[in-house]
Amino acid sequence: MNALQQLFLTKKQNLLSLFFTAGYPQVDSTTQIIEAAETAGIDFLEVGMPYSDPLADGPVIQQSSTRAIANGMTLELLFRQLERIKNRVKIPLLLMGYLNPVLQYGMVRFVQHAHACGASGVILPDLPLDEYDQEYRKLFEEYDLSPVFLITPQTSEERIRWIDQLSNAFIYVVSSAATTGKQQDFGQSQQSYFQRLQAMKLKNPLIGGFGIHNRQTLQQAWQNLNGAICGSAFLKKLDIAPAPGKAIEMLMNDLEIQKKQKV
Amino acid sequence: MTSNQKLFSEKHTTSSSEKVIKHNIPNERGFYGNFGGAYIPEMLYPNVDELRSNYRQILESDTFRQDFGLLLRDYVGRPTPLFYARNLSKKAGAKIYLKREDLCHTGAHKLNNVVGQALMAQHLGKRRIIAETGAGQHGVATATVCALLRIPCTVFMGSKDMARQKPNVMRMQMLGAKVIAVESGSQSLKDATNEAIRHWINHPADTYYLIGSTIGPHPYPDLVARLQSVISKEIKVQLLREEGTENPTHVIACAGGGSNAAGAFFHFIGNGKTRLIGTEAAGEGVDTKLTAATINSGKAGIIHGCKTLLMQTADGQVVEAHSVSAGLDYPGIGPLHAHLHQTGLAEFIPVTDTEALEAAMMLSREEGIIPALETAHALAALEKMAFKPTDVIVISLSGRGDKDLQTYQQYFTKP
Ligand SMILES: Cc1ncc(COP(=O)(O)O)c(C=O)c1O
Repeated sequence: MNALQQLFLTKKQNLLSLFFTAGYPQVDSTTQIIEAAETAGIDFLEVGMPYSDPLADGPVIQQSSTRAIANGMTLELLFRQLERIKNRVKIPLLLMGYLNPVLQYGMVRFVQHAHACGASGVILPDLPLDEYDQEYRKLFEEYDLSPVFLITPQTSEERIRWIDQLSNAFIYVVSSAATTGKQQDFGQSQQSYFQRLQAMKLKNPLIGGFGIHNRQTLQQAWQNLNGAICGSAFLKKLDIAPAPGKAIEMLMNDLEIQKKQKV
Repeated sequence: MTSNQKLFSEKHTTSSSEKVIKHNIPNERGFYGNFGGAYIPEMLYPNVDELRSNYRQILESDTFRQDFGLLLRDYVGRPTPLFYARNLSKKAGAKIYLKREDLCHTGAHKLNNVVGQALMAQHLGKRRIIAETGAGQHGVATATVCALLRIPCTVFMGSKDMARQKPNVMRMQMLGAKVIAVESGSQSLKDATNEAIRHWINHPADTYYLIGSTIGPHPYPDLVARLQSVISKEIKVQLLREEGTENPTHVIACAGGGSNAAGAFFHFIGNGKTRLIGTEAAGEGVDTKLTAATINSGKAGIIHGCKTLLMQTADGQVVEAHSVSAGLDYPGIGPLHAHLHQTGLAEFIPVTDTEALEAAMMLSREEGIIPALETAHALAALEKMAFKPTDVIVISLSGRGDKDLQTYQQYFTKP
């Protein structure tokens, strides 16, 4: 059992996760952000592996990726950074990115290195489900890595059930049909989508993402799902804050949550 | 073999164990051998799946076939002539025919695909059409058919391409399309495609994405190849009349994403009689950084939702392409062509900017036809190959050169 699965055994509500792009704003920011997130009591993290052509992302994540690549971030370097802090931090980590850089690195090597530096899971939104199932499932299981898949309001029930079967950590609930960072406040359509998911009684926890940026969006995700992931809004804070710890504090202010309420 | 190559070849066994019916048509999962498929985020899945599960049936329906056939004939102007190029033949020492796609309405083969896909959009009940464009030919074709069918149209175009293909921007606007300048990345075709896909993610229900070449997730490469296959279907009939045989010894076409080449090759693929030659834009040269010769300088990977050959760094970041021709300025290539290359069913030769420019002048002077810069890359192959007097060569004259006059003028009046 990996660290992420252990977390879900003990904590089932009001989970909060952050997404950030490795190597942004500075190439060394990766480890500082992870340590600051652990100190702030964030439950788990998605470490973005920057890609030149992030199809599903809005301008904020696009720009962070461009900057990170210009800063010299690569998968090799990311694994070295994670290796360095693996004994210092306990916060569960997921690696998130697009398939092409992973294929160039080599999927077997990628999975081995992800495991070796303590990652709990991997999110590759453009990896087809059938290809994961037929070609990589055994490999992921061998290295105790959880695959995480996305669902959207348009995903069919049959597909959601398939994803639930393939998953062993959580399901990533994309709040609406949109690229990252596009969403305003959540409305009735998200509410009924979240409730429809609840009613399906899936075996995996549901974590909502895309558009979590204030009290309203966070609370709606928390009330209906098991937790929330905050990405673009966090990157915006990283851009203006002097240090990652401060960025997290500013974000918590926007989300209107106190540290103690969280633990 | 590197671990990477192994990984890709492992995959080969899984995909090729499924039945590959023909080399010009992908299997059920959209694979041509090792290449193709649909590598898309979940946000795109419902849209792509809707198209995938309906396109074959729509293409084969009587209403579609009738509407498509009529529009090809009366609106696009098909069949396009197969012109015996006397002067060029003398020069090359073999028989050379030009398939005159430049005589299609709007000036390029692009309209064949657009007419078909716009009808497809109507069959699927979509109310808006979006498209990406490089040279602006696909954008103009899309704006044209959308005007005809009264469908609101938005075209994404790199800001760099808007500057070098101004007449086409003005045509699109006159036809009532909204042209959106794309400022991200290299500000050319790759980024225009990214933005079109992002827009589609944000407007999933009512919008049809009308892709301009044999690229993108399955079923697009297959859909576009089938719609363009009218080119080789006509060549067979026309050549039989002229030469007493359906099969030329050579077919030559330029390949950006690969749609005119797919169309010109389609019915000859794997026939054992016809050498299929694609020309790629080498820019300043295949061995330089300023190139778009994907097959000759790329590696297997994923771009815009399909597995194919693409130009990328060792870390798998997509590299910006370079070509004097906006329509070939793309770091990927259709999966069909990657497959034809890998299996040796077609060969792909690089042509530099200078070679293409010179070939454009050559055709203008020899035959009185000013070709598009993209097309000029196909013509440049003549200089690079040796022919026998009995050879019968068909060149896909994919488009006309009006849009490129500024580039030609700059090059040929250079001191
Ligand atoms: C005249 C012409 N030929 C060829 C191309 C390249 O596209 P494809 O490889 O899809 O035929 C273009 C693209 O804009 C074009 O305008």
